[in-house]
Amino acid sequence: MAALGVAMLLLGPLGAVLWRAGGAGMPSPADWAALRFTVMQAALSAILSCGLAIPVARALARRRFAGRQALILLMGAPFILPVIVAIAGLLAIFGRNGLLNQGLALIGLERIDVFGLHGILLAHVFFNLPLAVRLLLEGWRGIPTERFRLAAQLDMPPGAMFRLIEWPMLRQRVPGILAVIFAVCLSSFAVVLILGGGPAATTVELAIYQAFSFDFDLGKAAVLSALQLGIVAGAAGLALVLARGRGMGGGLDRPVQRWDGGPWAARGDAAWIALTAVFIVTPLILVLVQGGATLLSMPLLVWQAAGVSILVALGSTLVAVPLAFALALPRRDVVEGVGLITLAASPLVLGTGMFLLIRPFAFPGNHVLVITSIVNAAMALPFVLRAISPELRAIEADYGRLADSLGMTGWARMRWLILPRLRRSLGFGAGLCAALSMGDLGVIALFPPPDAATLPLQIYRLMGSYQIEAAAGGSLLLTFLCFGLFFAFDRMGRDADT
Amino acid sequence: MKHLIYATGLVLATQAAAETPVLTIYTYDSFATEWGPGPQLETAFEEACGCDVNFVTVGDGAALLSRLRLEGESTEADIVLGLDTNLTAAAHETGLFAPHEVSADYDLPIEWTDDLFVPFDWGYFAFIGQDGAPQPANFRALAESDQRVLIQDPRSSTPGLGLLLWVKAAYGDEAPAIWEELSDNIVTVTPGWSEAYGMFLDGEGDLVLSYTTSPAYHIIAEDDATKVALPFEEGHYMQVEVAGMVAGTDQPELAKSFLDFLVSDTAQGVLPTTNWMYPAVSPEGGLPDGFDGLIEPSKALLLAPEEVAQTRNEALEEWRNALSR
Repeated sequence: MAALGVAMLLLGPLGAVLWRAGGAGMPSPADWAALRFTVMQAALSAILSCGLAIPVARALARRRFAGRQALILLMGAPFILPVIVAIAGLLAIFGRNGLLNQGLALIGLERIDVFGLHGILLAHVFFNLPLAVRLLLEGWRGIPTERFRLAAQLDMPPGAMFRLIEWPMLRQRVPGILAVIFAVCLSSFAVVLILGGGPAATTVELAIYQAFSFDFDLGKAAVLSALQLGIVAGAAGLALVLARGRGMGGGLDRPVQRWDGGPWAARGDAAWIALTAVFIVTPLILVLVQGGATLLSMPLLVWQAAGVSILVALGSTLVAVPLAFALALPRRDVVEGVGLITLAASPLVLGTGMFLLIRPFAFPGNHVLVITSIVNAAMALPFVLRAISPELRAIEADYGRLADSLGMTGWARMRWLILPRLRRSLGFGAGLCAALSMGDLGVIALFPPPDAATLPLQIYRLMGSYQIEAAAGGSLLLTFLCFGLFFAFDRMGRDADT
Repeated sequence: MKHLIYATGLVLATQAAAETPVLTIYTYDSFATEWGPGPQLETAFEEACGCDVNFVTVGDGAALLSRLRLEGESTEADIVLGLDTNLTAAAHETGLFAPHEVSADYDLPIEWTDDLFVPFDWGYFAFIGQDGAPQPANFRALAESDQRVLIQDPRSSTPGLGLLLWVKAAYGDEAPAIWEELSDNIVTVTPGWSEAYGMFLDGEGDLVLSYTTSPAYHIIAEDDATKVALPFEEGHYMQVEVAGMVAGTDQPELAKSFLDFLVSDTAQGVLPTTNWMYPAVSPEGGLPDGFDGLIEPSKALLLAPEEVAQTRNEALEEWRNALSR
């Protein structure tokens, strides 16, 4: 049912646009070039982010140090950072006047240029590496400590330990994470254009915008959007085929203790952790420094917009979390695939389609906040799903038979087995959803209401009126609110196991 | 239940209509914000007309026309405000607009003959840089210099499209060569004006594509005279912003009087310091102070509206090929 609802939410608007266009339109050679580039950069971004996340997550999983919890919490931050804020933060380091180039100039080296494919990958890794680390850490946490204890008793060499204990878990989790990052990067628009440095870095989303706004070729916009959906559906399918494997087995939930890794491994882990921390934290600090002074002198409108945004974010969370739960519960691959492809839906086509569907009954401009909440919920759905679905499968695989034998079904099973064990992931998922919905400009840009605005829209309005300083302050406020919501939900999930 | 809601809505709508007529104006987002001209124009016009002005906003000029085409004849718009001459030919083709009958003593660098659209403000595109920095005087000199330029994407931004047509209008068949020479000066191409301008203020580029009037904002609002527009010998491409009356309007008289109001002294006096463009008709008191020091291009470039579509597609192809290498 839930899957059907989501599919309708995606395909209904697409159909409406096609119907209005009176037929499909053929993509031009330039559109195909854009499609190839989009897929290429998304695939590279996914592989890089995930590949780097494995050693980082492994290091975090087997080391205990002061500030570890804080670092893990901060891992949620880059991903939910509003795009414009993140780009500013990255340019403050890697841009022409950025810290890196100032440092290079000091020691007499040539400046580096961040714009190009490497710039795109840098930004995408910045956004997605921490997300991948968080999702993988959940996987490591799912391995019962008894396994490591046994491995230590058998004096297992590190290679064997990886192969027998950690690899099966990775094999199960990594394809899904790759698919979700691929999908995120596929629909990435501003990052690719700004950091790509020119029209060679054109994405399908821009081609859709061009078809829609420039040529008013609705048929082509719909076809391009469908292509994008198809590619992500393919990636999701592939991920689900690859992500075979069983649960890690039950345990007594004792704290994880590990005995592997000599001094060299410890040094390696420390290096991975330190590098990641610097890479993630420096842009965040610079965002704070740049916007700090402007925070107190912002127009009232910015605060009002902040209030509106909080409501939109909570609304989205209220829609997305139960929906994701409903989609994950049947533990069926196809159903989860539906959840993933919402990521690839073009906001422009989705918004236009919804406009066409709603227009005969009501004036969409009057309901823009509700529409924004729902569309943002759909966009955040895949992340909530990725956070809770592997956990749910693991719970059923590891404890399902025990629960069956005890005759625990329905509400009792939910209350005593599923919810307590899922709480951490639910909190994380809800936090992601609230923060993403808060930070996303989304469809509201298509029907901006003159008398109200969400915070991201208000920031764009400030920027468009030369109010760059106030916009910087607004961005900082947005960042705080995104983190605040994320931390609050994430915390709620964590309190469960203390 | 549904019927009840519709019925209530209908009754309320009818009652409201009986009391005060509503003039619905579709415009782009920044026009109707707190800092744009919208609120002041609304107050001034409502005082005179005894009506209610209702702004409905979409992203930008191109999105404005798309919205109108989506709605077609069922649109609730009485006035569409904020298209420019790059869009008027396509707007003519929709057949959704009615002749305006407005006549005014326009202060435009070109002659105005369009019978469907009333020009309300205009500007020249220009590169903005820091005072005291090198100032190339034409595109070739710019290409030879090592100045780093931030531009906008012509597929998603009005100034971006302006630059594309500027190079094409000035150089014709040589435009691809100019773009190729410029390619190593271009830092990046942003989706919209705001991103490029913000990056310029952060020092990410030496020059940014904007309007000749941009320095006026910094002078008037920030008391900062360090931003200058670079005069180019080829002349500068123009943008003329227009408004038109929707043919199917249920308030034709009100719509006509709004278009008259738009070129009146009151409205024209508001535009320079809210929309940061030149007024289409010089207001009686002249231009505000920060505007007198602005550069005045030697030559105004503008393609005829009916040439835009063809030229645009050709120039876009050339631009993409030159910059994709």
